Amino acid sequence: MRYVPMTEYLQIDLNDERWQCRRCHHDIASARENYKTGLLVYDRDPREIHRPLIDPEKYEFTFSPDPLWCRIVEFYCPGCGTMIEVEYLPPGHPPTYDMEIDIDALRAQKAGHGDDVVIPLGRDIPVNFSTKSSSQWEGGK
Amino acid sequence: MTQAQMPYSAEEQIKVDEFLAGATLFLGPDPEIMRNHKSAPRTPLEEELLSQPIDSDALDKVRKRIVAGLDEAYEMMEQTGAAPGAKWGDLTSAVYSAGGDLVHISSGGVLAFASVLHYPVRFINKYWASEPSVGIHDGDAFIHNDARYGNIHCTDQSIIMPVFHEGEIIAWVATVVHEGENGAKEPGGMPSSSESAFDDGLRMPPFKIFERGVLRRDLLTFLQNSVREPKLQYQDLKVKYYAALRIKERVLAVIDEVGRDTFVVSLRKSLEDVEAEARRRVSLVPDGTYRVNLWSDSTLRENLLLKYPCAITIKGEEMTIDWRGAAPQFLNRAFNSTLGTSKCGMNQGILAFLWPDLPRGISVMNSIEILTDPGSCLDPTDDAPLGQSLQGAFKAFAMTQALWSKLTFSCEEKFGAIIAPWFNQINTFLFGGITQHQEFVGNVCADLNGMGGGARAYSDGEHSMAPFFAAMADIGEQEIIEEDVPFMQLISKKIKRDNQAFGKYRGGMGYEMALAAKGTPFWGFATVSSGSKFPPTPGLFGGYGCPTLPLAKIKGVNVFDEMKNTPENWQFDFETLLNEQPIPGARYSTHHMGMALELANEGDIFMMCQGSGGGYGDVLERDPAEVMADIEAGYISGETAREIYFCVFDPETLAVNETATTQARDAERRARLERGRPYPDFIQDWVTEAPPEGIPYYGSWGDDNSMIHAVAWGAAGPIKLVAPMAQMPPIMLPDPKDLAILGLQAEIAALRATGAPSDA
Repeated sequence: MRYVPMTEYLQIDLNDERWQCRRCHHDIASARENYKTGLLVYDRDPREIHRPLIDPEKYEFTFSPDPLWCRIVEFYCPGCGTMIEVEYLPPGHPPTYDMEIDIDALRAQKAGHGDDVVIPLGRDIPVNFSTKSSSQWEGGK
Repeated sequence: MTQAQMPYSAEEQIKVDEFLAGATLFLGPDPEIMRNHKSAPRTPLEEELLSQPIDSDALDKVRKRIVAGLDEAYEMMEQTGAAPGAKWGDLTSAVYSAGGDLVHISSGGVLAFASVLHYPVRFINKYWASEPSVGIHDGDAFIHNDARYGNIHCTDQSIIMPVFHEGEIIAWVATVVHEGENGAKEPGGMPSSSESAFDDGLRMPPFKIFERGVLRRDLLTFLQNSVREPKLQYQDLKVKYYAALRIKERVLAVIDEVGRDTFVVSLRKSLEDVEAEARRRVSLVPDGTYRVNLWSDSTLRENLLLKYPCAITIKGEEMTIDWRGAAPQFLNRAFNSTLGTSKCGMNQGILAFLWPDLPRGISVMNSIEILTDPGSCLDPTDDAPLGQSLQGAFKAFAMTQALWSKLTFSCEEKFGAIIAPWFNQINTFLFGGITQHQEFVGNVCADLNGMGGGARAYSDGEHSMAPFFAAMADIGEQEIIEEDVPFMQLISKKIKRDNQAFGKYRGGMGYEMALAAKGTPFWGFATVSSGSKFPPTPGLFGGYGCPTLPLAKIKGVNVFDEMKNTPENWQFDFETLLNEQPIPGARYSTHHMGMALELANEGDIFMMCQGSGGGYGDVLERDPAEVMADIEAGYISGETAREIYFCVFDPETLAVNETATTQARDAERRARLERGRPYPDFIQDWVTEAPPEGIPYYGSWGDDNSMIHAVAWGAAGPIKLVAPMAQMPPIMLPDPKDLAILGLQAEIAALRATGAPSDA
């Protein structure tokens, strides 16, 4: 298996050892590094997403996070603008290096697995996707 | 070498050991027991039996018969238990090996118990078996509730019973129920205002309550005097005892049928098979380190930021979970979770969502190492209050679930769904007071079971589905509840509009509720949740987390009079009641979700909402038809459809303009590319060396989990600290009311200084 789907929007190209976007195949970052280093980042006021449902002029707690305590940090694919990841962080807290993959071990684990492997998304109902679409795209970047 | 330093002879050493064992001052929680979450090695008997041929069919028969017996006991307790927790599934039943390894629990109920119930049995085996004043005999049963000796929290009570066969202990059985009332500082068993371990109510280490089949009425009387519901204490003691007896009967019956050896081998093989399969499943996960940082915003008494970091490292079939860097324990707050309770939150994520098909025994955790800072809120000392003892477990669960989909997305073999985190707070009311039947009660509403489910990789989350800790629990029928307790739900189980975690697949939503007491001379409500300033539940893969949730009150009027005299003023809607304030003369307010028992006058309204499970994936990928369906159902507003999901539609017919929607979403993607900054540029401006000024912050900051930030209160007021956990001084906070009084006194002084009149 060359292209290993790692999240809804990320895959690792084991040949090139790169993180790639699964929507547009944008080359994001070295697979041996934090994929977030290759994304666009935006500091979102949480009240824009979780807007106050009760009047903030009248009440302290309104269904909106406190923007002085919490920010929504959004990570976008520079190729297609897909929102790949979201973190809720106190202002100034470094984003989390969430997936530090042992690439050598991954290569060994996936050795011998074909490029048309079916990966299930759940067990309660049969929802699968094939990694073949990634390999079909090979050469198109 | 002096005489005093000379080693004892073997004979003398035995006498010294006997003397010290007999002179032990206090048998507190034993770290050797309490820090070991794994099953024990084979006993010599098990080793011998497992060296012989094994009949797999017979082993399977034993397993199924045991689980059938446990499910029968579960049903017995659910049908006959008096505690609300019993009626709605907050219980379990268990079978252990003779050494105290928990092997099976009931199919229904709280799976997390599978991770903590072995501790008290090990204590009994270690300390009471050879203790002349206690001993273990056929017909004995031990009672236990103290989480420091192994339980989720002190509101749960268990009955633990040895099973003798031909004069020897061959197994243990146990039954446990969330009883609620336990004599704590506040009614209901989970006091958010607990300021010391002595405010937590009953703290029962395992002790014998049935002696050779006879109830120790003297001890029962003591227990009944220690709680607010003596009838409940007695009734559910009998419920748990007879359910345990039934399990014991089933165990003895299967032993009679298959023989002792096959039974013993079955228990051991179950443990070993589960461990082997768990290790195989860990080995399917790509090696690496996976991290998440979560925050809680409350001690249950005041708002502050508590960090919960988690790093899961996979190496082959070994998994290491690192919680170092978490917020320190607070020695006068109730949210600390024992290490065992924190582990059970983690294991709940595994047993319920990741590997839900595995038998529920403790050996599922044999391949897991857990690293903590002793003295943190996830691993507190024995003197820390445990009034609730759940917040750490909730976060341990959420951290596990937040990471697990990242660990397993690439796996070609899965055992559960790729799913965003479930809602993880018990947004419900505790209550206490005198009922319409003139009885004093203290307990909790089953609405805590109405948590919203996380979105899956292929479907929306389910609304108010179940608590994350008990898939088969119930939320109860309000009309039946009102027969027992003197309060009504004026708004009940109505999905709160826009209380949604947005995403390609949205989280399951929570419902709103409004309670008011009626026909009681004395009544109060309490709450024990967090998440009013910082969302408690994250999303997954670009999905948003849940909103924050307030506690709301409408006081100063009797709503029942208002509804009778001016019914047109009443609105069955949380949002409308607070925004329009339709009842004249009432006081409207919102608060964080931790409320110590507050007396409720007749007709005072207390309102809250259950929360949403996390969203999954980019909102711009959500099917516009699903967005319209949510509007039609009342789950979201048109504003949310337009501004979050970028749908263009006719507000009258909800017909989607597909072309315009595509254009709007494309425009938003372009806008993201415009406003998003390259990571290095963003980090340069974003990252700070320390937490924001003015926010009481506890835990590590950034990637360095060796240093803990905290605000300690002393005689001189608050002091900011940065130190390793081992050097952190005891953290105690002032009473919020004292701080409020100080603020008011300062205002009065300032007014006096200006010459303004004051009544103070």
